[in-house]
Amino acid sequence: MIRYIRRAAALLLLLLVALLLNAARIQVFEADSLDNNPANRRLTIARYGQPRGNILVGGKSVTGSKNTGEQLKYERTYRDGPLYAPVTGYASQTYGTTLIENAEDGILSGTDSMLAPLPLWNEITRSQQPGGNVVTTVKDSMQRAAYQGLGGRRGAVAAVEPSTGKILALVSTPSYDPGQLSGTGSSVTDAWARLNASKSQPMLNRAIRQTYPPGSTFKIVTAAAALDADVVTDPDAETDTPSPYVLPGTSTTLPNEARGCENASLAEAIRVSCNTVMADLGVRVGLDGMVEAVRKFGFNDTGLKIPSGVVKSNFDTEMTDDQLALSSIGQFDTTATPLQMAMVASAVANGGDLKSPYLVDRTTTHDGTTVHRNGSHTYHQAMNPRTAMQLREMMVDVVENGTGSNAAIDGVTVGGKTGTAQHGIDNSGRPYAWFISWAQSPDSGQPAVAVAVVVEDAAANRADISGGGSAAPIARSVMEAALRD
Amino acid sequence: MTATTADAPPPDLRLPKRRGVELLLLIGAVLISVYGYAAVGLAKNDAVPPDVAGYGAGLGLLALLAHLAVRFRAPYADPLLLPIAVLLNGLGLVLIYRLDLETPKDQAAPTQLIWSTLGVALFTTVVVFLRDHRVLQRYAYLSVATALVLMIVPIFFPAVNGAKIWIRVGGLSFQPGEFAKILLAVFFAAYLAANRNALAYTGRRIWKLQLPTGRVLGPIVAIWLLSVGVLVLERDLGTSLLFFGLFVIMLYVATGRTGWIAVGLVLAAVGAFVVGSFEPHVHSRVEDWLDPFASIDAGQGPSQLAQSLFAFAAGGMLGTGLGLGHSILIGFAAKSDFILATAGEELGLAGLTAIFLLYALLVARGYRAGLALRDPFGRLLAIGLASILALQVFVIAGGVMGLIPLTGMAMPFLAQGGSSVVTNWIIVALLIRVSDQARRPQPGHAETGIIAPITEDER
Repeated sequence: MIRYIRRAAALLLLLLVALLLNAARIQVFEADSLDNNPANRRLTIARYGQPRGNILVGGKSVTGSKNTGEQLKYERTYRDGPLYAPVTGYASQTYGTTLIENAEDGILSGTDSMLAPLPLWNEITRSQQPGGNVVTTVKDSMQRAAYQGLGGRRGAVAAVEPSTGKILALVSTPSYDPGQLSGTGSSVTDAWARLNASKSQPMLNRAIRQTYPPGSTFKIVTAAAALDADVVTDPDAETDTPSPYVLPGTSTTLPNEARGCENASLAEAIRVSCNTVMADLGVRVGLDGMVEAVRKFGFNDTGLKIPSGVVKSNFDTEMTDDQLALSSIGQFDTTATPLQMAMVASAVANGGDLKSPYLVDRTTTHDGTTVHRNGSHTYHQAMNPRTAMQLREMMVDVVENGTGSNAAIDGVTVGGKTGTAQHGIDNSGRPYAWFISWAQSPDSGQPAVAVAVVVEDAAANRADISGGGSAAPIARSVMEAALRD
Repeated sequence: MTATTADAPPPDLRLPKRRGVELLLLIGAVLISVYGYAAVGLAKNDAVPPDVAGYGAGLGLLALLAHLAVRFRAPYADPLLLPIAVLLNGLGLVLIYRLDLETPKDQAAPTQLIWSTLGVALFTTVVVFLRDHRVLQRYAYLSVATALVLMIVPIFFPAVNGAKIWIRVGGLSFQPGEFAKILLAVFFAAYLAANRNALAYTGRRIWKLQLPTGRVLGPIVAIWLLSVGVLVLERDLGTSLLFFGLFVIMLYVATGRTGWIAVGLVLAAVGAFVVGSFEPHVHSRVEDWLDPFASIDAGQGPSQLAQSLFAFAAGGMLGTGLGLGHSILIGFAAKSDFILATAGEELGLAGLTAIFLLYALLVARGYRAGLALRDPFGRLLAIGLASILALQVFVIAGGVMGLIPLTGMAMPFLAQGGSSVVTNWIIVALLIRVSDQARRPQPGHAETGIIAPITEDER
């Protein structure tokens, strides 16, 4: 019997070996692929198992984390959520992340390998680092000024520092509180459904994700193209343009809202916003010249990131001359984001040197050591410096003697351009009011800020009056905030 | 076989009792369990659980009670058996307590502690009152009758999670089939010990297979088929697999006929194929085994088995640490059938290997007692009981790790389940009893005692 007992024991030993080999197979050799199976909740649990890093505005955090004690432990909280939502986006356990929460997720959630004290440390330990922080370029006072200026009307404000490209304010209204989307459960899904169903689209980031016909503010781009192409050599010389103007190849006439536009000079055309002169200049520059000029300002760029993606601002590349004429005054298919138009103002203010706009100044570890710092980069030389000087003077003239007087600030050099864009079928919708501007202190060698403001459904329904009336005062308060310190 | 001489106790040597070793190992086992309990509290709540002293004292008291029973009633018993059982039971309590923290509305650890206490009480009772295991031989037929009744009764109770193996009275529920394991092992051992010569040497020979006469083989095959049939009826495939394995191993050890193993394997393969193909409950288990991630691909989320594999994988080599894993994701069976996944996740491959080796040691010590015993009944009983433990560990561990199709069974001592814990304590008590017999010096009979097995194996 002993022999058979031993053989039975050997059989059981084989079973033990099979168990051990199988355990090693799962726990060592197949562990990685099982860990990364999308149905495995552990990655998600680990992700929310520690507080998320913070997003900072002016040295103070506009975000936080609260311990819910649930399986997904830490939930995102927001200070002044609606005010900063166009900057931070949301970080939701149910709906993922957007904007900076999305673009800098690796840093904020602690998975970015740059956070590890030693190279490859994370790969070895498979552990997470505490979430790092994201320091934004936004100025709290300007953000608030823009938000309060819009006052709940649908619209957006984008403000950049012309000399660096730092985005100083990025506001979209009406807004929402991203904190409502942080967790899981019915309150979150209800909020999501409500926000998505809302006619006012509170989750739409109008500053970078929505384009509008730029209307007359686009005339700055056309003027830059005309000056650069030597179509206009003297801004104060009369141009040979009739008023009204018949669109080339058609019998359609293009009227002016302003008076005195017949044969008006470029400077005069900018000051009072003549459609006829600028449409004609665009046609004289020609399609190729206009397309090249708008490209240098950022139009038709599908890859612009701040670090979140900015939707393409459009200027058609194939058009007939009558379409080109309309496009040159910011109508037809020409569309622009508020950020794009802030870039236009910024390029003029900064001597034609257009800096890439950016929203994240630097990222740090949780204890403040810098991981990555963004610097200033030239996006394009948008125009000749001489052209920029001439345009600066014209824009100052708009504020001092033209349609943009509502943006004037005592003792400060302010340049601006109003705009009103018709939209809807047969232009039946209430027009969009635009204002783009920049401001420079007399004791400073550099312009402090360039701003673009758009207000949907502006109250006054007359061209340029609405831009100057509705949008310019908001731009002024934003610029005042920029100049204050 | 000359080597067997070394396995039998030398005639004149007085064996050391080693009760002191047992006591030291017991203290170690209790300390490890208490440490685990404290570690869970530290990991989950940043504090040692307030009742850690009470838990330690309780487990220590149980261990001491069992130890005293062994010390006075089975002084020659193997000193490893009891400490291993206490360690596994203590570890099981820690794991269940740890999972309880994730399910505040469903506390299993207190109940498990009560059952463990009952188990140790029964252990003590068996060690104290069963002076000689050979007494059991007399009750072979009573055992098998009781076993069959126990197994049939649950048919009249409603199914729980697809298997009709439970009896629910009031708030208590238990699986009578668990106790049937022991009774069946006793019956097999007694019957095979009495008839093994007839099974091995009589009857007709067909090709290489020597068939015993139907009169000898008939009753035991009938019993076996009946029990497996009942289990299949109750959809308790794990236990039927266990009974099958137990039967084959004991038959082989008793008769030495390899042919029986071959026949048994063929029968098992046919049976498993038929049941696996046509019984829907079992069929789904087989499907899940073949592709654990099918439900994920189908968009229904991970199955229990997939969750279990995720848990093992998350543990890796060294584990996440007690209290730091997420094996509760497995769901309702996390504390019972899938308790090993928690061990795998939080203790890692290292801890899992240690647990497997503890079981292996327990089984090996059972086999060792079997080898050293002189009476065939005791031998077969020891082998049978140890094999029950080994097969049970293999079937459930293989199931939750995707090695074989999953069958609902309890990891001995570790898993939540009252009848299981109690049964395993009785198994250990019986192993203590037979090992005491095996290691006890037998003055006067030593010479004859070692001759019998040698002659038998050298025929």
